[in-house]
Amino acid sequence: MAPRLLAGRNVRSTPSSGVGRTAPPWTILAVFIAPAFLLYTVFLVWPLVQALFFSFFEWKGTARGAFVGFDNFGVLINRFPLNEQLPNAFWHNWIFFFGTMAIQVALGLLFAVLLQRKRRGKQFFRTTFVLPFMISALVVGYIWGLILNPTFGPFNAMLKSIGLENLARPWLGDPATAFPVVILVNVWYWLGFPMLLFAAGLAAIPEDYAEAARVDGASSWQVFKHVTFPLLTPVFGTVAILTFIRSFNVFGLVWALAGVDGGPAGATDVLGLLFYRTAFQGGVDAFGVASALAVVMFITIFGVSMIARWWFGRIEEGLA
Amino acid sequence: MTFTRGMATNTQAKRKEKAASAAIAVLLWTYAAIVIAPLLLIVFNSMRPSREIFKDPIALPSAINFDSYIKAWNEANFSDYFVNSVTITTASVVLATSVSVLAAYALGRYTFRGSGFLSVFFLSGLLLPFRLAILPLFILLDNLGLVDTRTGLILVYAATGVPFSVFILSAFFRQLPDELNEAARIDGAGEFTIFGRVMLPLVRPGLATVAVFQFVPLWNDFFFPLVLLRSTDKWTLPVGMTRFFGEFQTDWSTLFAGIIITTLPLVILFLVATKQIIAGLTAGIGKM
Repeated sequence: MAPRLLAGRNVRSTPSSGVGRTAPPWTILAVFIAPAFLLYTVFLVWPLVQALFFSFFEWKGTARGAFVGFDNFGVLINRFPLNEQLPNAFWHNWIFFFGTMAIQVALGLLFAVLLQRKRRGKQFFRTTFVLPFMISALVVGYIWGLILNPTFGPFNAMLKSIGLENLARPWLGDPATAFPVVILVNVWYWLGFPMLLFAAGLAAIPEDYAEAARVDGASSWQVFKHVTFPLLTPVFGTVAILTFIRSFNVFGLVWALAGVDGGPAGATDVLGLLFYRTAFQGGVDAFGVASALAVVMFITIFGVSMIARWWFGRIEEGLA
Repeated sequence: MTFTRGMATNTQAKRKEKAASAAIAVLLWTYAAIVIAPLLLIVFNSMRPSREIFKDPIALPSAINFDSYIKAWNEANFSDYFVNSVTITTASVVLATSVSVLAAYALGRYTFRGSGFLSVFFLSGLLLPFRLAILPLFILLDNLGLVDTRTGLILVYAATGVPFSVFILSAFFRQLPDELNEAARIDGAGEFTIFGRVMLPLVRPGLATVAVFQFVPLWNDFFFPLVLLRSTDKWTLPVGMTRFFGEFQTDWSTLFAGIIITTLPLVILFLVATKQIIAGLTAGIGKM
């Protein structure tokens, strides 16, 4: 098994030390490593570190002013409308995560289990279910925006044609339905991915385990509950962490479905959109305030994924 | 399934199994329909004039007609967007894969001072939310004169590809047997010859996985070009989409054609290279 990427203990295997594995001199190593190291450090890691630094300064446009300590963070909490939009968007990202997660895990695991046993059509279903994941989030948003259009949209037309006319509504225009619809569209978009991860996890479980339990008289359901399910813990961890990161990065999908303001009336606003608006549609001090927001988002995303990683690692150890 | 306990239970079990597999088929087909129906609808409506779509949004095209594609391509700048997307994505993938395969070789084959740190340093990139670096990145590119250039975007994109590529490719290098280096060294080959002549050809499947898998998120990305590119003639397909949807909002036929032009290359890539993309998506979780 390859080293685990996200959840659980790292089983990274270090190269064995044969004659062929004696490291060449550092100058040669540097030639191999430097290009990737520089590209990655200069254009991603260093700017990310700088974002923290930026948040402690006063900004006038793109010109850096004096050190102001935590003032930019104060603006985030106190200045209208940020003081209302920030908790609103933050809350939405959490709902987005939990909503997506609940449906994804249930359906993704179900389809993975069903397809594992199936012989005919396995390839077709797997390819079909993953297909939406290949489309741009923005395009997925636009596609569903057209389908759910209140006047000319095919979805309401379909409801009408099967006699459910009274269910037709402006799905994305009504604050009550807009955000649940965004989450469902997202599930349509992502579902194939957790399904693939669960399928890979299922395939990695040796057949003997289930066989042994069956010989002992366990039913299919008991095998699933007591053997398969616990062995999938690391996959649950990975699915949860990746879904969390993606949920807090969501941007294009909501932009296309609900616009840059996350309408109607902020009902679908998320941190990604708020960050964009703060940085590029804000006032003269936008860079400082947006950097403070970036720091808050970074701590949330990275902090929660690290805690989750540690937590799933512990569960897994408890099971071993 | 279960041990037979007499004929009666046997036929009963068989009937039960048949009902179960029918239920499974219904479930799978229903979800397949939910995935496919919206996509088919787009394909059909892209070939129908807008006024017909408005009259009846769910119908088959009366004739095969590509007028809306020609309109999207010529009038809505999709020719520019498409070429930009191809150029920027391809250049980024080539650059990221080239630098990553070098680093992955050193990290996958050898242990040396700092190799553990470097591996973790590259690996951590898989979890970092890099979009949050956009403001410092903007200032950096501005200082280098690279804002609103394709080169600037390519450098950023290539950098985002490094963590995943190094991760996958070093796993490939690690699996190659030691004897290869030994034999080559005895023959007097230098490190670069061993890499280029012996190792590189053996990790070709890894290169394919990495290259194909990076293509998808870069082709689809919307955030970086939205911020880093100003001139519309440099825009990629996703950013172009935002302008397109404003200008053509009453011309659904063209909108649908634009969606297809943007999406089709990736659908084809996915169908041709399903294996590589699935391997990329499930990297690190056992085997499929």
